[in-house]
Amino acid sequence: MALQPIDQFAARLPAAQRESVRQATKGTHEKRTQLLLDRFADGDGLRRLAGQIKQHVIENLDTYLPQVEARLQANGARVHWAATGEEACAAVLGILKARGATKLVKAKTMVSEEIGLADYLERHGIESLETDLGEFIVQIDHDHPSHIVRPIIHKTRGEIARSFEREGLGAYDDDPQVITQRARRYLRKKYLEAGAGLTGANFVSIESGRLVVVTNEGNSRFCLAASKCHIALVGIEKLVPRDCDLALFLSLLARSATAQPLTVYTEFIAGPKSPAQPDGPEEMHVVFLDNGRTEVLASECRDILRCIRCGACLNVCPVYRQAGGHAYRSVYPGPVGAVLSPMLAGGRFPEFADLPKASSLCGACQEVCPVDIPIPDLLLRLRDRGKREGAALASAGTPPMGAWALLASRPALWRAALAAGKLIDHVPTRLLPVPALQAWSAERTLPAWRGGTFRAWWRRRGRRRPGNGAQVP
Amino acid sequence: MSAARAQILSRVHAALSPLPQRASLPAWDRELLGRRGTPQATDPWTLFAERMKAVNGLPCATVEELVALLEGPGWRHGYCDPVLWPGLRPAFPAGFVVETEFDRMRIDDYQFGITAATGAIAETGTLILSDGGSSRRLAALAPWVHVAVVRREDIFADLHAALAAMPVDPNVIWVTGPSKTADVEGILIEGVHGPGVQIALLAAT
Repeated sequence: MALQPIDQFAARLPAAQRESVRQATKGTHEKRTQLLLDRFADGDGLRRLAGQIKQHVIENLDTYLPQVEARLQANGARVHWAATGEEACAAVLGILKARGATKLVKAKTMVSEEIGLADYLERHGIESLETDLGEFIVQIDHDHPSHIVRPIIHKTRGEIARSFEREGLGAYDDDPQVITQRARRYLRKKYLEAGAGLTGANFVSIESGRLVVVTNEGNSRFCLAASKCHIALVGIEKLVPRDCDLALFLSLLARSATAQPLTVYTEFIAGPKSPAQPDGPEEMHVVFLDNGRTEVLASECRDILRCIRCGACLNVCPVYRQAGGHAYRSVYPGPVGAVLSPMLAGGRFPEFADLPKASSLCGACQEVCPVDIPIPDLLLRLRDRGKREGAALASAGTPPMGAWALLASRPALWRAALAAGKLIDHVPTRLLPVPALQAWSAERTLPAWRGGTFRAWWRRRGRRRPGNGAQVP
Repeated sequence: MSAARAQILSRVHAALSPLPQRASLPAWDRELLGRRGTPQATDPWTLFAERMKAVNGLPCATVEELVALLEGPGWRHGYCDPVLWPGLRPAFPAGFVVETEFDRMRIDDYQFGITAATGAIAETGTLILSDGGSSRRLAALAPWVHVAVVRREDIFADLHAALAAMPVDPNVIWVTGPSKTADVEGILIEGVHGPGVQIALLAAT
C-alpha cells in the first residue's frame, strides 16, 4: 500500500527545509498564544464571537452583497462581478486597458494567486509586479507561496541572495537587511511608474463600504499612494457587518497571523482619494469574485467561508509542519487548504480528495482559529464525500476495512481475536504481513496489548448490585 | 459583468434558501475587548508613548527632542506640511533644508517627512493619518523617517473608540510603528517600503 501523497511529499522534503518550517511555525504559534492570553480576559470568547459574526454574514450574503454594492457605489467605487477566475482576470485587464495602463503593482492577495492573475496579465502584455517582499521573491523565482502569510517560509537567505544576484539586483549578499534594502530601492521606482495598484481586501464593512487592507511592509499603501487607479480583488465572503466589528477582527487577525497586537499598516478605503489630496487613486474598482465560493456556500462545509486567512492553523498543524505548504499542491495549504482546495476545485475535486486525509484530526486547528471554524468536522465531511464519490485518492494510504468489518460483526470471532491479540506484544511490527500496518508502525511504537479489558470490566460491573456504594474500578 | 452579478446572486440565493434558519448577528460590547490587568498611566500621551515604544516607534514630547533625533544621524533634508512648518521652524537650526512642497519625481531626496496625524490610538501605539488631515500620502511613506504631529486631545483609548469616531474621509490609515518584514527566515527587518523610523511628535498646546 502506497503512502498518502502528502506523506510522499514530506518524505522527500530536505531536512533543513522541514526544520526551518517547523521552527518558524512553532515560534509564531507560541507568541500568538502568549499574546492572546496576556491581552484579553477572554481570548477564547472573542474567537467564538468572531466566528458567530462571520457565520451570520455568510448565511445572509443574499441580502448583504447588494447592500455592500450600493455602499461602495455611493462611496464612488465601481463594482464588478466575476463568476469565475477567468472572468475576474478579464475584468482587471479591461480596467487597465480602459486607462491605457501597461504596468501594474500588486500587493499580496491570495485571491490573485487563486485565479492566476499575474500569468494572465503577462500573456496580455501587462507587466504585473508583486511588491510584498516574499511574493516578489516567489515571482522572480517562478515559485509558489508555501504559506498564506509567509510565502517564502520554505526559502533560505542564501537561496534568496542567489536569486537577487541572478536578477541583477546586486552581487551575492545574504544579509536580510541588504536583501530588503535592495528590494526597497528596486520597487519604489516601480510604484511610481505603475498605471494601477491592485490589492485584495481583508475585510469589507457592509455598514460603511470601507475596504480594510493590512500589511506590515507598507507595500499596499505605496501602491495606493503612488498610482492613480486602485483595483481591489475581493472574495464575496470577505464582508463584516459593522465598522465596530473591525475592532474585534483586526485584534484577532494580527495576533493570529503574526503575533502582533496590530499590523503596521491598517488602511480603510472608502472610495477614490479626496480631491484636496495630491497622492492616491482617482479611480477605484472593486471586483467581487465567486470562483466556487457559492458552491461551498451550498455545501455542508460552508463554515470554511468564515476564514480570514491568518494562517494560524498552518502554524499549529503537525502535518503542515512536517510537509510544508507545497505538499498541498494548491494555493491554500494547511488545514484550511485541506478543506478549501478540494471544495474550490469544483469538478476537479477527485484530484484533491486526499487532502482531507492529511490530518490527524487532533483539533489544534480549530482551537487556534480566530473565527472558530470546526475544521476537523469539515475534514470528516469531505472524507465522507470522497468515499461516496469513489475518488481513488480518498482511499490512498488507507488499509482496507473488510477484515475489520468481518471481525466486528461476529462476537465469537471478535472475542477470539481479542484473546489472540496478546501475541502482537511478541511480534516485531516490521514483520507484520500488512504493508499499511508496516507503513503506520515505521514511525510509531504500539502500546502494550490491552484488548478485552473493557469487556472484563463490564462483566464485573454487571455482577455488583447497583446503589450499593460499590466503587467502579 | 451584469450577467455575472445575476448569476452569483442567484447561486447565493439557491445556496441559502434551503437553510431552516440563518445564524443571527450577535451584539457585543466593547468590554469584551477589555484588557487583562489595568494600565499604569492615565494620561493619554503617556499611555500612547509607552505602547508606541513597544512597537519600535519613537515618541517625542517636544520639538527640541525631535530636532536632536534628526540631527544625530544627519537627517537634515526633508519635507514638512506647509500648515505645520511655521510652528516648527523656530526650533530647527540652520543647516536643515526643509521643503514644503513634495516632488514625487525625487522621493529619495527627502530623508524625513513631517505630516499631521488625524489622531492616535493609545492601546496599540498607533498613529491615524487621513486624506483630509495629512497633506501628502507619499511624504508620510517614502522618506526613511516619518514624523506625525499629534494633538493630545486626538488620542483615542483603543481601537473600538477610534473606529466609532472614524472621520468622514475616503482614506484613513493606521500606522503602528515602522514598516517591517520577517519574510526572510523570520528575521525582523525595519524599513521595507515605508519608513524605517516612525516618530510621533506631541503638538505644542
